Amino acid sequence: MEQKQETLLEIHDLSVSFRMYDAGLEQKDLQVISDLHLRIRPGEIVAVAGSSGSGKSLLASAILGILPANATVRGHVHYRGKELTPEMQRELRGKEIALVPQSVAYLDPLMRVGKQVDGHRRPKPTEKRRSLFRRLELPERTETLYPFQLSGGMARRVLVSTALLTEASLVIADEPTPGMSLDQALEALRMFREMADAGKSVLLITHDIDLAFEFADRVAVFYAGTTVEIAPVEDFRTGPQALRHPYSQALWRALPQNGFTPIDGFQPYAGSLPRGCLFAPRCPYATDRCRAEIPPVREVRGGEVRCFHGA
Amino acid sequence: MEKFWRRLGRPLLRYGVKIVALLLAVSIVAFLLVCLSPVDPVQQYILGLGSAISPEQRAEIEAYWGVNQPPVERYVHWLGQLLQGNWGESALYRRPVLDIIGERFVNSLALMLCAWVLSGVIGFVLGCLMGMYQGKWPDRLLKKIAYLISSIPTFWLGLVLLLVFAVWLHWFPTGLSAPIGVTQDQVTLGQRLHHLVLPALTLSFVSFANIALHTRQKLIDVLNSEYVLFARARGEGRWTVLRRHGLRNMLLPALTLQFASFAELFGGSVLAENVFSYPGLGSAAAAAGLNADVPLLLGITLFSALFVCVGNTIANLLYGVIDPQIREVAP
Repeated sequence: MEQKQETLLEIHDLSVSFRMYDAGLEQKDLQVISDLHLRIRPGEIVAVAGSSGSGKSLLASAILGILPANATVRGHVHYRGKELTPEMQRELRGKEIALVPQSVAYLDPLMRVGKQVDGHRRPKPTEKRRSLFRRLELPERTETLYPFQLSGGMARRVLVSTALLTEASLVIADEPTPGMSLDQALEALRMFREMADAGKSVLLITHDIDLAFEFADRVAVFYAGTTVEIAPVEDFRTGPQALRHPYSQALWRALPQNGFTPIDGFQPYAGSLPRGCLFAPRCPYATDRCRAEIPPVREVRGGEVRCFHGA
Repeated sequence: MEKFWRRLGRPLLRYGVKIVALLLAVSIVAFLLVCLSPVDPVQQYILGLGSAISPEQRAEIEAYWGVNQPPVERYVHWLGQLLQGNWGESALYRRPVLDIIGERFVNSLALMLCAWVLSGVIGFVLGCLMGMYQGKWPDRLLKKIAYLISSIPTFWLGLVLLLVFAVWLHWFPTGLSAPIGVTQDQVTLGQRLHHLVLPALTLSFVSFANIALHTRQKLIDVLNSEYVLFARARGEGRWTVLRRHGLRNMLLPALTLQFASFAELFGGSVLAENVFSYPGLGSAAAAAGLNADVPLLLGITLFSALFVCVGNTIANLLYGVIDPQIREVAP
C-alpha cells in the first residue's frame, strides 16, 4: 500500500565533497556523502540513523542548499517530482521545507524569541505565532525573552514552532534529542509524530536509534556517507534476522538492550574511502567482489539494501 | 528607569574608584619623572621673563613647587594645589594651565569627534563589505588597502594630504583652525569646518583600517555561526542575514572598539595637529614638551589620562547596557 503513494522527496546518487587544502597548497576533494539514496513519502517519518561522521547533518544542508561555499554536490534530488535546483531551494526553504535545529545555539543570541520566530517574511505572522505558542504551552512572556533565558523544554518547543509556523510539507529535524532527558526526548518526538500524522513528511536525523524505532515509519541506516539499508521500522523491532545489511545488524547488536556487542574497526575517514563496498573492511561476509566494486541498491523483502549478500 | 540606574550605579562607582586610583598613579609617575629630569620648573619659568621678575613672584613660584623640600613633601604639596584647582601657570603661554587645557580641548574635541565618527562609520561600512564578499575581489582589494593604510605613519599621511589638497589643489587651508586676520567672534562655522576637514581626515586614518579589519572578522564569525545557518535554512537571503543578525551581533564589539580607541585618537591628534598647526591639545602637548613647560605638560598628561579612562569606562559600561546576556541577568 505504501508503494502506491506518491513520493515527496527522492534522492539518488547524491554525493557531496569538500574542497580542502591538503599539506601545502595541494587541493584535495574530501567526499563526505557518496551515492546516497533516500525517498520520503507524505505523512511518514523517515529516521536517518548512523554514527557521527556518517554524513547525516550534511544531508540536511544539501537538501536545503545551504552547504558551505567549498562544497560540491553531484547527483539528483527531486522534490514533488521536479529536480531540486539551487533556485528552487532558495524558493522552498523556510516555506515548503523547514529545518528544526538541534539546540538553542541556532537562535540569534541577541534577538528576542518572538521577533526571531516571526522571521523575516512580511506580513509578520505574529498572531499565528502567538496561538502556536499557546498550543505548545509556552508562557506569554516567552516572546520577550532572549534565547539564553529559555529552559531546555521551552527552547525545544520554540525551535519546533519555527517549523509549525510555516506551511512546510517536509520537516527536517536535525538531531532533536541529544542532551534531553527521556521524557523530554519523548515529548519532542511526539511533536514530530503529530506533524507526520497531519500529513507532513519528517526526516528525522538522529543517533538515538532506539527512540527513532518508536516513532519512525522507516529507518535509513547511514554508513560513511551512504545509505546501506532502508527498512520498515518493524524489521528493527524484530531483530537482526529481519535486517538486510551486515552493518544494520551490527548496529542492532550494539544497542545496550540487545547485547551491547561492538564490532571491530572504525568508520572510514572521508579522505580514505575503500574502493569497493564502504563497509567491506569491517564486514564478516566480505568477499573479493565486495572489495573491488561498489554494490548496487537492491530491493529485498520490502526494503532496500546496498550489499551483494543481503537477503 | 530606576532599575536601570541601580544597575548602572554600582559599576559606575567601581570604575570611578579605579579611575581615581589610576590618575593618582599617573600623577606620581609624572611628578617623579619631572623630579628626575634636569629641567627645573622654577628656572624654566623665570627664564622667559628675564630680569622682570620681582622677589615676591619668585617666592610664590618656589612655594608652588616646594623648592628645597624632600620629593615626597613636594609631591603632596603639588597634589594639594591641584585638588584646589591651582594647576600652575604655563611658562610658555603665561596663563593658567587649566584655562589653556579647557580652550585647547574644545578645539581638539571638535577634531577628534569628527575623526572618531568618520573612522567609525567608514571602518564599519568597509568591514561589512569585506565580510560579505569574503575571499572575493572586493574583499581582497579592500584588505590590501586596509593593511597599507594601517602601516602608513599619520604625520606622513598628513603631509601628503596637505601637499595635494591644500598646496596643489587649494581646496583646503594649509593649517590653523580659522582664517588669519579674523577675530575669534567673526569666524563662521563654515570656516571652522573648512579648517577641520584635512586634520580630521588624517586623524581618522589612524583607526579606520583597524576598525574595518575587526568588523570584517566579526562579520565572518557571525556568518559562520549556527544561528546564521538556521536563518538561511529559513529562507533569509545574504543581505537579510546581514540586516537581521549581522548588524545586531557586530554592534557591540564595534562600539566597544570605538570607545576603546580614545587612546589612539589622542596619540594621533598630537601628530595630526602638529602637521596642520591646529591649535588643539595635541599641539599644546608637543609645544609643552619641546619647551620644557612643566606645569602644562603635567596638566596635559593628567587630563589625557582622564580622557582615555573615560573612553574605556564608557566601553565597559556599554556592555552592561546593550548586551541582553549581561543586562537581563543582573539583579
